[in-house]
Amino acid sequence: MSQPKSNKKPAIFFVAKEREPLFSKKNRGLLKDPLDDNNPITVQVLGICSALAITVQLKPAVVMTLSVIAVMAASNVIVSILRNAIPNRIRIIVQLVVVASMVILVDQVLRAFAYDVSKQLSIFIGLIITNCIVMGRLEAFALGNGVWKSFLDGVGNAAGYGFMLILVAFFRELLGSGKLYGYQVIPDALYEMGYENNGLMLLSPMALITLGLIIWIQRARNRKLIEKN
Amino acid sequence: MNRDSNGYTFGFAAAMVLVVASVLAFTASSLKDLQSENVRKEKMQNILSTIGIETDREGAEVLFNQYITEQLALRNDGTVDSTVDAFSDIDLALEIKKDPDSQRFPLYVAAFEETQYYIIPLRGAGLWNAIWGYIALNEDKNSIKGVVFDHQGETAGLGAEITQQWFMNRFVDEKIFDMSGDLVGISVSKTNNDPNDTDKDDHEVDAISGATITGDGVSDMIIERLQHYLPYLKATSADLAYNN
Repeated sequence: MSQPKSNKKPAIFFVAKEREPLFSKKNRGLLKDPLDDNNPITVQVLGICSALAITVQLKPAVVMTLSVIAVMAASNVIVSILRNAIPNRIRIIVQLVVVASMVILVDQVLRAFAYDVSKQLSIFIGLIITNCIVMGRLEAFALGNGVWKSFLDGVGNAAGYGFMLILVAFFRELLGSGKLYGYQVIPDALYEMGYENNGLMLLSPMALITLGLIIWIQRARNRKLIEKN
Repeated sequence: MNRDSNGYTFGFAAAMVLVVASVLAFTASSLKDLQSENVRKEKMQNILSTIGIETDREGAEVLFNQYITEQLALRNDGTVDSTVDAFSDIDLALEIKKDPDSQRFPLYVAAFEETQYYIIPLRGAGLWNAIWGYIALNEDKNSIKGVVFDHQGETAGLGAEITQQWFMNRFVDEKIFDMSGDLVGISVSKTNNDPNDTDKDDHEVDAISGATITGDGVSDMIIERLQHYLPYLKATSADLAYNN
């Protein structure tokens, strides 16, 4: 691939000069920040819709996390490789095509190797395409940064997204069905004493409330997130 | 090269489409066998679950061969067409569009717990897309042993609830023939004054709130598909009238 000269892109700053170690402080930040300080769900408020839809049980949440990590890492890398070749005027379309084909690949692979999970996730896998996090990171980061950094950014943001997904799913499955990962964890004795599963936890409103509580706790203990005004 | 020229933009788009299309086509065709194998085993799993045999997908094939004793392809007049393999040659979605003379419908006969069950595949339309399932009749060819439903794209939480065990359990012991021996099927009813489905002689089950059209689809699918089997059921049992 030819590398046409581009002097508009800030990409040059990152790639050039001294070689940075693979896991320099800045690079580690790319992985770590989205987990807390810059979490896509709780701080950037992206990807809320899917966070409500697939957090009824842990298993689909875990699979969704893995799928999003795969899709985001791969599409970030591809867009980053092509960043100097992509014509500016159709860059959004190119990003969309890259994400969509990655999603179809994931879907096909799941259908062949994890059929039950793919049936459960069917519609949500397709919805990864419209997940704002993916397009957002491509446009904001991968288009302007090197391959390795884009890869880390993709994995980091997907992991931050997945972390919240799993956290919400943990509480919803535990309180809603008394199970974790499909296994019953609340002892029968407790049910006999009159304990009941909370059916409301299985509905989306409680996902939103759970998420709200998580944001509250996160803001209370992370000073950086407290707005100054 | 000028990255902003029209020629470059068109060229890039064309190349991108070619590359993406070939990658996707290659993946789809190389995974096809694995995928259809999953679909085939799931079908066995579904058929078995109507008569109360729960199994995972891997174990389905062995149990299927063990308990399903006959797989018949029936014509609309009730005779058996032995040239057609009921399990793999018939795609119900295509079959119901054919003209009645060339239609063949599968019937699975199972021997389990010393009784015979007759399992009939169903297919119809829900609100958004296709719904399908299997219905197992007891030895009297009238009362229901069990059903299983599945769907392509019904609304999660509403129409999609037809796949839930509590809904499917409502069909157990309901009867498809009325007292005079006419086929009436089972209707998913909104006006059924029997929310716990304790009355097993009313040919009705309680509907799901918010899933009227999917529910109607289930009722239609049951009566329409059972219709094809009527000559066979009549021919093979003396008295299909209501028997308590």
